[in-house]
Amino acid sequence: MIKARGLARQFRTRGHTVDAVQGVDIDVEPGELVGFLGPNGAGKSTTLRMLTTLLRPTAGEAVVAGRDLLADPAGVRERIGYVAQGHGAGTEQKVFQEAESQARFYGLSPADARRRTGELFARFELDEVADRLAGRLSGGQQRRLDIVMGILHEPKLLFLDEPSTGLDPQSRSNLWEHIRALGRSGTTIFLTTHYLDEADALCDRILVIDHGKIVAEGSPDALKSQVSGDLVQFETDTPAVAAEIAAKIEGAQELRTDGNTVRFRVPRGDTQLPGLLRALDHADVSLMSVQVHRPTLDDVFLTMTGRSLREESYA
Amino acid sequence: MRDTWLVLQRTARPTLRNPVVIVFGLMQPLLFLLLFGPLLGGSGSWQWFVPGLIIQMGLFGTAYAGFGLIPEIRSGALERMRVTPVSRVALLTGRVLHDVVMLIVQCVLLLAVSTAFGFRASIGHVLAGLVFAVLIGVSVGSVSYTLALKLKHEYAFAPVLSSTVMPLMLLSGVLLPMNQGPHWLYVLSRINPFSHVADGVRAVIAGNFGSSSVLTGGIAAVALAAIGLVWGTRSFVRANA
Ligand SMILES: Nc1ncnc2c1ncn2[C@@H]1O[C@H](COP(=O)(O)OP(=O)(O)OP(=O)(O)O)[C@@H](O)[C@H]1O
Ligand SMILES: [Mg+2]
Repeated sequence: MIKARGLARQFRTRGHTVDAVQGVDIDVEPGELVGFLGPNGAGKSTTLRMLTTLLRPTAGEAVVAGRDLLADPAGVRERIGYVAQGHGAGTEQKVFQEAESQARFYGLSPADARRRTGELFARFELDEVADRLAGRLSGGQQRRLDIVMGILHEPKLLFLDEPSTGLDPQSRSNLWEHIRALGRSGTTIFLTTHYLDEADALCDRILVIDHGKIVAEGSPDALKSQVSGDLVQFETDTPAVAAEIAAKIEGAQELRTDGNTVRFRVPRGDTQLPGLLRALDHADVSLMSVQVHRPTLDDVFLTMTGRSLREESYA
Repeated sequence: MRDTWLVLQRTARPTLRNPVVIVFGLMQPLLFLLLFGPLLGGSGSWQWFVPGLIIQMGLFGTAYAGFGLIPEIRSGALERMRVTPVSRVALLTGRVLHDVVMLIVQCVLLLAVSTAFGFRASIGHVLAGLVFAVLIGVSVGSVSYTLALKLKHEYAFAPVLSSTVMPLMLLSGVLLPMNQGPHWLYVLSRINPFSHVADGVRAVIAGNFGSSSVLTGGIAAVALAAIGLVWGTRSFVRANA
């Protein structure tokens, strides 16, 4: 669905240049739900704006939804849906009419445009506000309207730029449900987010971007286990013996003993645990408690960049 | 064409919901008609003065059309439409068409009111005059939207407008005949294409189709419209806005 090579964008503002995106390769297969995770200013929106024909790349090439981005931007536009980071409805337009116009822009007949808008308004619970001015909607209602306007023409490929920013937890999980449903119905989705939990909960695969470069890529689980490994922690009366046994586990690292507590990191800690327990039992080490913590995506980001994503995104 | 129609429909909705805005656009020329026109004296002066108001409406009304685009840029609506298959040229032409229609409606209303003051013209001549109005609307509208697209903010757009519209209007000789002033002012006004368009409109409404002003004014109007459209379409089509 998306195949981008060396996509880059430079901005020139008052003499100095900003390398917003510095040569990213992106591959997205049909039906995938891929997340583009990175802190503020990482270059997520810029990449999306390039892939959706809004910005011309300064270097690189891409095929989006089967059309060449540079040679046939109009073909790309016909085949994709795009929901920008900001809102997209004209403030002076009535909600239903604005969506209907959007459907007409995508080539639907007047009757189809009306029918399709009606369907989606019911599905996204916008019926009550259909006659209001778009500028008067609440943030959550506007966001739902934005998404409706992105999928009126049933695109095979949908771009969502920070879909849940500014929503309360209830509306967020609602929105996630809608996005999952779209994914299940076969739409390929490429979304950006700086929320770890969103990337984790929603995406089959994640690309982590920082300073305009992709620094990691994989499924949330793969990323987490590949980068830092799970944290295994147990309490025992004989920590010294236990630590010796733990050190023999393949891939164990960052082994530390702290009073009665032994901690170490190991890839796929859940699969290592049975073997470890058997070995400890064999050595007559008795355990008081055992815990395995899966790493968070923040651990991933921390390992990759030396900075915490959390500090920046919630600042 | 279909795209232009769709964009026109969308742009016209807020106007149709609130048609008073058309009358607001008429306020300024009406005030000139009421409070300035009588100063010119003589019954023939209406025949000279009223056609010029068409230019004035184009400059003072249509030139401000770009203000409508700025909230659309800010809200992201323009960007959203730029990602649809709708022709990017239509995003301009649909809007310009809306303002041309507004201008024509205003012209017709204004000419109707003027007859109460003693202005007289045949329907045919007025229709020919409205062709000029269409060209002015296309030119001024396109330029206004393009400037708004480039400047993006009211605080940048407003001073550019007020510093260009006012001199263009004063130097177009729609208020007083320019040949009564000092020579340098007259020369300046001759450089202003709108003064030629004004002369053309006057000649046409008076029925002097053979007059050279019609040709000069016509060429000036067509050229202005073409320049506006070419600049506008180029800016709207360009990938990076
Ligand atoms: N039009 C522009 N002109 C100049 N610089 C720009 C422009 N657009 C983006 N940038 C810069 O490019 C960099 C990447 O911006 P971008 O909007 O892609 O980040 P992002 O990852 O989407 O961040 P956020 O999470 O805040 O939305 C930033 O440093 C930004 O200031
Ligand atoms: Mg962004």
